[in-house]
Amino acid sequence: MKTNLFTTAAVGAIVASSLATSAMADGHATELTLCWAAWDPANSLIELSKDFEEQSGHTMNFEFVPWPSFADRMLNELNSGGQLCDLMIGDSQWIGGGAENGHYVKLNEFFDANSISMDDFLPATVTGYAEWPKNTPNYYALPAYADVVGWTYRKDWFDRPELQTEFMDTYGRKLDVPASLEELRDIAAFFQGRDIDGTTVYGAAIYTERGSEGITMGVTNALYNYGFEYENPDQPYDLEGFVNSAGAIAGLELYKELYDIGTPPGSSNWYMGENIDAYRSGQVAMQMNFAFIWPGVEADENVGNGNSGYFPNPAGPAGQFAQLGGQGISVVAYSEKQEAALEYIQWFAQPAVQQRWWDLGGASALRAVVENPDFATSQPYAQTFLDSMAIVKDFWAEPAYADLLIPMQERMHNFVIAGDGTAKEALDGLVRDWTEVFEDEGKL
Amino acid sequence: MTLSPMDTAASKTPESMAKRIRGLSDRTIAWIFVAPTIFLLLAVNIFPLIWTIRLSFTNFRVNRPNNDVEWVGLRNYKRILSDPDVWNTMQATAHFLIWTIALQVLIGFFLAFLINKKFKGNDMWTTIIVFPMMLSPAVVGNFWTFLYQPQIGLFNYVVTFFTGGDPASFSMIGDVHLAPWAIIIADTWMWTPFVMLICLAGLRSIPDSIYEAAECDRASKWRQFWTLTIPMALPFLMLAVLFRGIENFKMFDLVVQLTGGGPGNTTTLTSIDLKREAFEKWRTGYSSAYAVILFVTVFGLASIYVKALNKVKER
Repeated sequence: MKTNLFTTAAVGAIVASSLATSAMADGHATELTLCWAAWDPANSLIELSKDFEEQSGHTMNFEFVPWPSFADRMLNELNSGGQLCDLMIGDSQWIGGGAENGHYVKLNEFFDANSISMDDFLPATVTGYAEWPKNTPNYYALPAYADVVGWTYRKDWFDRPELQTEFMDTYGRKLDVPASLEELRDIAAFFQGRDIDGTTVYGAAIYTERGSEGITMGVTNALYNYGFEYENPDQPYDLEGFVNSAGAIAGLELYKELYDIGTPPGSSNWYMGENIDAYRSGQVAMQMNFAFIWPGVEADENVGNGNSGYFPNPAGPAGQFAQLGGQGISVVAYSEKQEAALEYIQWFAQPAVQQRWWDLGGASALRAVVENPDFATSQPYAQTFLDSMAIVKDFWAEPAYADLLIPMQERMHNFVIAGDGTAKEALDGLVRDWTEVFEDEGKL
Repeated sequence: MTLSPMDTAASKTPESMAKRIRGLSDRTIAWIFVAPTIFLLLAVNIFPLIWTIRLSFTNFRVNRPNNDVEWVGLRNYKRILSDPDVWNTMQATAHFLIWTIALQVLIGFFLAFLINKKFKGNDMWTTIIVFPMMLSPAVVGNFWTFLYQPQIGLFNYVVTFFTGGDPASFSMIGDVHLAPWAIIIADTWMWTPFVMLICLAGLRSIPDSIYEAAECDRASKWRQFWTLTIPMALPFLMLAVLFRGIENFKMFDLVVQLTGGGPGNTTTLTSIDLKREAFEKWRTGYSSAYAVILFVTVFGLASIYVKALNKVKER
């Protein structure tokens, strides 16, 4: 009798489960997996996606990988044609490889059919996250997370009258948000080794990380503003005199000087996480970091509540630029659930969803959100975010971006941190390395 | 008649199976048992090796499956062997290997010698000493990163306590001259216990009677150490050198965690360089050639070493 009951229950469960499955299939309910980096904005996206689950009936799974192994893990997944990810929020540099190697679905037809216009997004994010080749209307992603390198500073320290007086006596100007990179260097030197409330503090936390992309994402903020160009604007892949121009050399020297005279001891391998820690723990007066950390700074009980201020990357002699971060969201070509994945993108592109994305701590690239008159005052850092997004430049997004990134990491770290050779030698070496890569690629 | 346990077991073997086996030779049965292992070895070791050698003569990139694969002959090998950066990497690896092995063998043997003495709390000390090798290298890397911090690191504090300097005046992992030593120290801390265990096994394998005989001959402790302990423990010491040499040649996670290969390229070991070529730049053909060169180097050195080890054991 017991056996019969058990068997009946088991059969019942199987039938119920089959019915449920077929009901799901009828309603096209699907389990989607979205792959991204494991960081604060990813948690906001989980929260945001609950609305999508409610509206569509699809279930969202998330595969988040910490930044240091994000590229390794996800590019392995794409290169092996893996079906883990249906949606990928891949780094901006991957767009060339994603498009040329067939990892991402081309979205032009889908955008046209669903009235999604790239004109509705910030132009820099469209170029940076979605287009390949650059500056052509071929879209492989929808701008998902707008990000840029900017600066956070200890407003409460800057406002101290005794420091104001001392700074004025030393530099002949007010201790305030720096208007140029040289002023920033001076402020960093001013705070270096200073005793504030019984603690030794330092000037600035800057990007110096060696293993992934850290120092490149940092040093470019000085290079661009002093005249560095990736290539001759009139002749693609012509590097000589642009990568290693006199201005670029001066910019690299300034970054090294900033490292030598204005950063905490031992900060030779720092990237986003280390900079956040140093700033929040009151070690540094200023911090270079991507804008994604700003909501966290505001929420911090030590450095938030009006104790911090924000400013865009300061200008140099050749202009004012900042390193672009952020990512676009793409549909993975190997996914068997592309229809549902496209549904997610269609939902994500809606202005109301984009507004909620910003409200939850995400960073929208939709103009309707960021150009709203209330946006600039919606958060203490919102205006800085807008100003910074207007001056962005990005690293190579070529399919061979990794071949280009690794020598840059090596050359920059060798000069800035290890003090090996001169800035000119470092940039001349970079020209050689990059030329070899483009020759191998058949582009030279 | 009473049946032996063997006969009883044999009588219980199913008839059909017994018949089937009876028709096979011992050699065939042996092959049946060994074949899965051979198949696995071929599939997991030999085939990938041959495939890697083949790829090393091409320009194949695993992330460009649609590109034509060209046969480039020895171009990859020429590029690697004429690249000064690769030679710098080899030099950094050799420096790391020589110092870690020397320190670990010396300290490990010394610790084994002390632990081998009978004293109270002997087992407890062995457990405490062995503790570091139970940790993951990534955890050890993280742990030592904090120890080396100029502002809050205990290592800097201890060093400057004795030297009277400013803790913030030197950065173990940010200085080109100190960074290799930062890794050597962390690795030695972690793996000396392993060498100690091997040496301990060697020391405990020496029979007490030999020392008793030496005592009868009135040999001094120093002489006993040099003429009995060292020669008899030598094969174990050499084994420890072999294990640590092979392991440290592959050293990756600890270094990545501590320095990321920097400052500059100072601590970029061959394993890190190879990983960058293979899984960051995706130059599959080039990195295959790199892997073949490293394989031949390690295999050659290890073969010579094992021959020497066997000679020592035969003595």
